[in-house]
Amino acid sequence: MKAKHQRLVLALVALAALVGAGLLAASALRDEAAYFYAPADVRAKGVEPGKAIRLGGMVVKGSLKRATDGVTLRFDVTDGKATVPAVFSGIAPDLFKEGSGVVAEGAFDAKGTFVATNLLAKHDERYMPRELEGMKYDEATHQLKVER
Amino acid sequence: MHRFANPSRFLKIARPLTGWLFWPGLVLLVAGALCGLLVTPADYLQGDTVRILYIHVPAAWLGMAGWSGIAVAAIVQLVWRHPLAAIAGRAVAAPGALFTAICLATGSIWGRPTWGTWWEWDGRMTSMLVLLFLYLGYIALANASPRDGQGGVSPVTAIFGLVGAINIPIINRSVVWWNSLHQGPSITMRGSSIDGSILWPLGFTLLGFSLWFGAIVLMRMRTILARNKVEARLQRLARG
Repeated sequence: MKAKHQRLVLALVALAALVGAGLLAASALRDEAAYFYAPADVRAKGVEPGKAIRLGGMVVKGSLKRATDGVTLRFDVTDGKATVPAVFSGIAPDLFKEGSGVVAEGAFDAKGTFVATNLLAKHDERYMPRELEGMKYDEATHQLKVER
Repeated sequence: MHRFANPSRFLKIARPLTGWLFWPGLVLLVAGALCGLLVTPADYLQGDTVRILYIHVPAAWLGMAGWSGIAVAAIVQLVWRHPLAAIAGRAVAAPGALFTAICLATGSIWGRPTWGTWWEWDGRMTSMLVLLFLYLGYIALANASPRDGQGGVSPVTAIFGLVGAINIPIINRSVVWWNSLHQGPSITMRGSSIDGSILWPLGFTLLGFSLWFGAIVLMRMRTILARNKVEARLQRLARG
């Protein structure tokens, strides 16, 4: 075996070992590296009240209610398998709306409601013009309206 | 392959190729940016904010492609002892780091109005930041370890480049393996979830930035080769 071939084999073996080690590490991290808990994770694992976590999912359509004080929002977060009620007081990001993704930072209270201290909007990987969505953008009010 | 180990043969191709990459790259890049700003429709959800995608996506691609190039150059350097591969590794590092930084900066600017945050420690953002640190470490190591006399990176730097390549699939899969704030991949083998009317200038800027990246790498390789020549001549003069 020539020295060149020896080095090639060594490099390939080292590369395979590296990739294996990386994949092992990544799969071991799987849950720990998750950025947020989905409602189903919360139900499966149980998160004690008061523990600071992030809760992520979709805002259930029709669940978003604004309290009379104008800054408190109540909504349900779902991942399709479980649904959790949440409450937030403050300014929500523009993209936060029903049927869209949300990541809430906060903790559960004793009654099982998630009390969020901060809201982040999570959008999906689809991008399209408004016409396709069947929506009209009102430049004056910055509101989307359903045309049909 | 070893035919190009001869710098003058490499330069004969690299010199005209630099212009052939640079100018079409510039045209595509400007055309793509203008079309992305002026011609394409706004996104149904994000409005005009979506246009930053025409810079953000090519920057992310080149940041990752740059390190993949470093890894390939490292194998060629370590296995075949090809001197130009060692020079290529050094030449790729700076523009790779630059595009990774552009990706992080544009992502941060994009994140504020859409997600409501400049920065979060989710899998995608953290692994991309790690890539920037890997680039900085690679550059520091390349400058700190003894040179091979031809301006290439040292073998230990090449090994570092090879080891760091493990981060590339992690970046790619970070939004699939872990819950993350960053959305999943839009463009996959099955197609694109970006509507065609928004997607097409991205092809222009992707190709334009890529050609530019190639031109920058060739220019840097030529600079290193020219410096070698100067140093050799100075040494000859010093010896008298």
